Amino acid sequence: MQVQRPKLTFWERTYIPQILKGMWITIRHLPMKKFTRMYPEEKPKLLGDYRGAPTLVKDPEGRVKCVSCQLCEFVCPPKAIRITPGFRADQAFDSNVEKEPKEFEIDMLRCIYCGYCEEVCPEEAIFLKNDFAITGYKREELRFNKQKLLELGGVQPDSIWKWKYKGAPPPGTPIGPVRDGKPVEKKAAGH
Amino acid sequence: MMLELLGHLIKIAAVIGVMLGFVAYTVMLERWACAWMQDRIGPNRVGPFGVLQPLADGLKFIFKEDVLPHHVNKVYFCIAPVVTMIPGLIAMAVIPWGSNLPIAGHVIKGVIADLNVGILFIFAISSLGVYGIVLAGWASNSKYPFLGGIRSSAQMISYEVCLGLSVVPVFMQAGSLNLMKVVEYQAAHTWLVLCQPLSFFIFLVSAFAETNRTPFDLPEAEQELVGGYHTEYSSMKFAMFFLGEYAAMFVQSALMVTLFFGGWSLPFAPFNAPATELWVGAVQIGVFLAKVVCFLFLFIWVRWTIPRFRYDQLMALGWKIFIPLTIVNILLVAVVLALVAK
Amino acid sequence: MNVHDTLFWFFSIAMLLCGVFVIANRNPVASAMALVLMFLFMAGLFVLLEAFFIAAIQVLVYAGAVMVLFLFVIMLLDIKASERRRFAFLGVFGGIVVAGAFVWEMRIILSQPVIPLQSGNTDLSAGLENVVKPLFQHYMLPFEVTALLLLVAMVGVVLLSKKDLK
Repeated sequence: MQVQRPKLTFWERTYIPQILKGMWITIRHLPMKKFTRMYPEEKPKLLGDYRGAPTLVKDPEGRVKCVSCQLCEFVCPPKAIRITPGFRADQAFDSNVEKEPKEFEIDMLRCIYCGYCEEVCPEEAIFLKNDFAITGYKREELRFNKQKLLELGGVQPDSIWKWKYKGAPPPGTPIGPVRDGKPVEKKAAGH
Repeated sequence: MMLELLGHLIKIAAVIGVMLGFVAYTVMLERWACAWMQDRIGPNRVGPFGVLQPLADGLKFIFKEDVLPHHVNKVYFCIAPVVTMIPGLIAMAVIPWGSNLPIAGHVIKGVIADLNVGILFIFAISSLGVYGIVLAGWASNSKYPFLGGIRSSAQMISYEVCLGLSVVPVFMQAGSLNLMKVVEYQAAHTWLVLCQPLSFFIFLVSAFAETNRTPFDLPEAEQELVGGYHTEYSSMKFAMFFLGEYAAMFVQSALMVTLFFGGWSLPFAPFNAPATELWVGAVQIGVFLAKVVCFLFLFIWVRWTIPRFRYDQLMALGWKIFIPLTIVNILLVAVVLALVAK
Repeated sequence: MNVHDTLFWFFSIAMLLCGVFVIANRNPVASAMALVLMFLFMAGLFVLLEAFFIAAIQVLVYAGAVMVLFLFVIMLLDIKASERRRFAFLGVFGGIVVAGAFVWEMRIILSQPVIPLQSGNTDLSAGLENVVKPLFQHYMLPFEVTALLLLVAMVGVVLLSKKDLK
């Protein structure tokens, strides 16, 4: 394609008026209003669905929602999640939830904030929340353990009440073998 | 004799110290000005309003790891930053900062070396600055620095010619190559920018090319050559290139002030003659520095406004437009001066 | 020995060392840089002779422009090939002949009685007039002829460097 070159006047060819015009534009911006956000003091306003660091959430009654199904560990593309499954120690009133993670680690240096863990979680226990400035002085500091993740996650107000009995025996009645948090032998578990 | 030597040493130390301070704060000014032009705030963390930022930058440069890539020619790789830095400092020796400083019966001249061939000295010394860049490009032994070095050598030779020819009318009118005399002529008559606007314009543009500043920063064009000749450099060596660039800017600004804008003089008494009192001398030094800062700001202002020239455009501008223009200018000025003399 | 003499010996010896380095070095870029350094020391000698104009021109033209062009060309050449170059016997022979001729000349010159130059003003004002006045008053014609010759040479180079002559 032949580009039609515009015919330039003498002053346009000297390029000087254009330069002066450009310089007038830049100098006009010197006293103008600045748009810089003074970051550490002035945090950005995040939208509701911001995808920050993954965190573990508790239900409104303060119980850990994760049941250590390890789906997130499986789906995690950079393999940043490591779960050590365990059983719930307090079986008294919510023993239809058998498991919870004994340890739940996310290596924030590996996490790519893709949100697959949040998507895959059947219990809606893991959420990517608003924390975006994950920093530390050592690598170990950035391997967040269960306690830290729960701290970051806080309580997620939702309407899922999986601990509630539905026409089942009254609270206090033990269902199944009472466990003390130790892993049950395979034979007993098969029962 | 001894006392005189001591006085000279103090003067040299003062000039270099003040100049390096200005260079550091030119970097600061550049960062501020570019931020303001882009509706940003700029550095404001270190000290009140960020004024201690150059200190932090310097510390950072000193403590960064000095990487010496294994493929470089070590000797020349290490010499190059120094060679870039030094000419700028030496060239200041003949630029008059002020007229006189009469202190306790002694009269201290406002220039380190009152050379009769001052301008030639400056051109000679600053023409050596190109070696630093060429050597850096060659010694880095990698393609982008090499291209930067090649571009730089061609560019600086071309524009040195323009620079040299463009100031000839100034000296024809002032009647001396001594920069002090040129300033005194301007103090007595009028600023030469009014008599030689074409000279000034060509000198200004060539000065941008000589200092490798935008729109002629092809030797270090980031988008094409990564970092140009200083791609392989880090830490203090990189800082020296950086300081060298700003020192060259300072020298060119000082030169423009001296040749075209009356140097230390102001067009009214008592500042339009060599000082006989201390406070006048001090004010004249301040006037000189203020003018230099204006030009430094101009350098920065242009950098954040104008896009880079293409290489062939740069060469065409230098060889096909400016050199013929300067020669015509010299001829015209000669004719006019001859007519006026009659 | 006063400061002047010390500087003279310093510049001279440094210049000779640089000169040796120019021919002793296998790397053309290193040679060129040594040559630049040599020009600088030579300028120092001119300063000692109170020929400031010549000193400035020496640095400006030779160190600042000519050698940059040299370096430009050298850097575009394949340096590795010339580093591996064999010992050129013809070159050595030619060098010895030239050096011998030079020594012979020096012997003739040095056998003359030495007349010390009259050293006048020691302030930094001398220089320009001493060069320019004779050039433009007594030797105007040779000067202009030289300029014309250079112009002719330049036009010739431009013509030759065009590939297709019409």
